Amino acid sequence: MSSKYETTETLDVKGQSCPMPIVKTKQAIDDLDAGDVLEVVATDSGSMSDIQGWADGTGGVELLDQVEDGDLYTHYVKKTE
Amino acid sequence: MSTDNQSTTDADADPNSDPEAEFDAAEMQELRERVEDLEESMVDADTSDNQKKMTIVATQGSFDMAYPPLILGSTAAAFGWDVVIFHTFWGLDILHEEKSKNLKLSAVGNPNMPVPNAVAAIPGMDRMATRMMEKKIDENGTATIEELIELSLDQGVDLQACQMTIELMDYDEDDFYDGVTTGVGAATALQHMAESDIQLLV
Repeated sequence: MSSKYETTETLDVKGQSCPMPIVKTKQAIDDLDAGDVLEVVATDSGSMSDIQGWADGTGGVELLDQVEDGDLYTHYVKKTE
Repeated sequence: MSTDNQSTTDADADPNSDPEAEFDAAEMQELRERVEDLEESMVDADTSDNQKKMTIVATQGSFDMAYPPLILGSTAAAFGWDVVIFHTFWGLDILHEEKSKNLKLSAVGNPNMPVPNAVAAIPGMDRMATRMMEKKIDENGTATIEELIELSLDQGVDLQACQMTIELMDYDEDDFYDGVTTGVGAATALQHMAESDIQLLV
């Protein structure tokens, strides 16, 4: 499953549940530069709604895509500023 | 009368005069700078409006009640919100370095326990219920209380311990995790609540 986005970094939060996928995504985004894309790989099904809510409610990030593949939930978050 | 005024104004704005000629270059520059300053201050005002604030008052120190304030607090911090969690009475145990590792789940009065209250009241049942829950939390990949406290502090969540109850419970300020705010009371909590968009009592 290769990604259609040029990802700068991949964050593996498999096996971790709320609030870890969100908190770690935020921390990883902080370390990136504007224009970078973070790929977040999670097994928490709640991350689908949570990452979306977080991206909507947070400035400087844009949720490009979310891919559900079996037990894996992959999110592509772009740092916009 | 108004027609007269109008014609006077029209006369002033003579088409053959340069509209900028009324102001000299220095004045124009001053005006431009002022407009820029005002635009900048508008941006600042917008940012401060978007900065949400949440204050949670945590009063309970049982294993299950320790989680919601920490999970909501650390998540809100990930949103970039300003978060204060004010801990009072048994809520202090969440911040107490030693006690936070031994918080108990109550088996009695918990309708989700698979045993009746009469059985749940038997000595040792709380410990058993707590162990069961800890095992489930570990299997589920849910963070421990300690991890959530460290995470919250790392993210700038202001974890406050009520001074009056620290003394009431005979705790020492050194008993708490490094980074916990002590020396605060009800007035501080109220001040944060008044400034907050969201206030929760847990």
